[in-house]
Amino acid sequence: MATDSRHSPGSASSPLRKGRIPAGFVVLATLGVALVALPLLGLVLRTPWSRVLEILTSETARTALRLSLIVATTAAAISFVLGFPLAWVLVRSTFPGKTLVRAVVILPLVMPPVVAGVGLLAAFGRRSGLIGSWLYDWFGIQLTFTTAAAVLAATFVSFPLAVLALEAGLRGLDERLEDAAATLGASRWYVLRRVTLPLMGPQIAAALVLSWARALGEFGATITFAGNLQGRTQTLPLAVFEQLQTDTDAAFAVSMLLILLAFAVILALRGRFLR
Amino acid sequence: MTLVVDVTARRGAFEVRAAFEAEAGRTVALLGPNGSGKSTLVSTIAGLLPPVEGTIALDDLVLDAAASRAHVPPERRPIGVVFQDLLLFPHLSATENVAFPLRARGVPKAEARERASGLLERLGLANRADARPGDLSGGEAQRVALARALVVEPGLLLLDEPLSALDVGARMRVRELIRDELASFPGVRVIVTHDPVEASVLAERLVLLEDGKVSQTGTPEEIRAAPRSRYAADLVGVNAFRGTLEPLEVGAGLLVTGDGDIVAPWPEGFTGGEVIGLLRPADVTLSLDPPGGSARNVVQGHVTSISVEGDRARVRIASGPPIVAEVTLASVERLGLRDGVVTWASFKAVEVEILPT
Repeated sequence: MATDSRHSPGSASSPLRKGRIPAGFVVLATLGVALVALPLLGLVLRTPWSRVLEILTSETARTALRLSLIVATTAAAISFVLGFPLAWVLVRSTFPGKTLVRAVVILPLVMPPVVAGVGLLAAFGRRSGLIGSWLYDWFGIQLTFTTAAAVLAATFVSFPLAVLALEAGLRGLDERLEDAAATLGASRWYVLRRVTLPLMGPQIAAALVLSWARALGEFGATITFAGNLQGRTQTLPLAVFEQLQTDTDAAFAVSMLLILLAFAVILALRGRFLR
Repeated sequence: MTLVVDVTARRGAFEVRAAFEAEAGRTVALLGPNGSGKSTLVSTIAGLLPPVEGTIALDDLVLDAAASRAHVPPERRPIGVVFQDLLLFPHLSATENVAFPLRARGVPKAEARERASGLLERLGLANRADARPGDLSGGEAQRVALARALVVEPGLLLLDEPLSALDVGARMRVRELIRDELASFPGVRVIVTHDPVEASVLAERLVLLEDGKVSQTGTPEEIRAAPRSRYAADLVGVNAFRGTLEPLEVGAGLLVTGDGDIVAPWPEGFTGGEVIGLLRPADVTLSLDPPGGSARNVVQGHVTSISVEGDRARVRIASGPPIVAEVTLASVERLGLRDGVVTWASFKAVEVEILPT
């Protein structure tokens, strides 16, 4: 039967069974690897290793690194705090327009970041922003060109990743364990704290790491909405962009740093990505 | 203390309607086939599924009253539930699982752990206290789940299919353990099962559920005597002989009852004592003349009743001990069986299932 065949790897009828790789695939797969590996190789070769320490300890790099860590960590934290309740609602309730809400929340994942920046300006801009003009007129608060704006931009693009990971975690949870906890006298809050969150540990870690990594690399939305002000909104990617025009060596060195951080993320999530 | 249930509960398109009472000190079994509404009823009593109609009360404490929309949430019900799949918390050790209900009620950590350890020790699990549920055997996990339900001394203990997840060997040991724990539990005891043997051994009173309705209630003896449905006859209508099993020969013993003796198999490792012997009516052969052959048990008596279910008849014989036999209608006619006719009943020793009590 057709449904049985996938349970019997190595059945003689399957032309693509394990162990026999079509020659064309080998060529295309190699090209694919090269596509990703060549830029990495180029970076390693072009990085001015003798100057790396000097560049990375420079005022510009240190400021950008510190700002990047603050922005990415705050964005990941906000993504989790807002994303967990949202994931909960999306997984465990039904309401009209739920599909639309999901689509809107996931949109930043596939949206050009520069468009995200324009959108953020439209909402939080000082002069014409939906909320921004009101914030400025009434409270004198201006978001644009502040670190808060960089955080907002980073959160905007990393939020969907957190929601998706947390949704997956909630879906994989045996809700009957929460029911059992309730019959044992646990309040909803106690169930959340002692059963739901601990059981979702790996997915919560994934949500935090993925959204942190995405926030760390954010460029387009940040430069559009928050600007490129050293010490306030100039995160590492923005620093790379600026250095590319003034000091290419520095751009390569900082890029190398970002790649090492990305590698660390993949190592942290090896259970999710590397099997 | 008495649990009074009179509810209609609905899960999806399935509806179960049940009314029964359970008094403290007498175990009640909800007995029914899969899909009869047992687990829906468990959820409702536990407070996880509010009924659409009716009431649930434990003495004066109204747990559910659909008419007035009264509903006590599960965490505030004095009910300890052992779920069919146990639902032990996989990230907590055995001790932490048992301490969980205490901690949830604000008992300090040290005290909660101490009480949990004490209970685990009583259940013979002192050496497994730090094990995670994934590392426990089926029988051990069952005992941890029982301890977790008992640790706060609830007014009602609700066991959902307590033995279904166990293999045969563990089942016998855990059944004895559960029976002992039930016997020493002062509150209301309700077990839910599809297994009539489990029900007869553990419960004093049966509530039969079929297709979401209660089809019959009564003691096992009452239901055996007058099963009101084919299901009741099939599942509960087993002959049960209570007595002492005495050694007879290798692999066999003599079950001495107040009404007569029966040859029965000797369970491996059994050391003698009180037992229940179960015999399915369909395993009994009836004849008008003394039967020859290999059957070790041959008794004689007059027919006291014949009840017909489809093409089968249940024949009660006032023998020593009394026997219910299930034969085809054709056999009843061929033998000319009717009330008062003296007949022989025979069955092989190996057909008797021995359950230590």
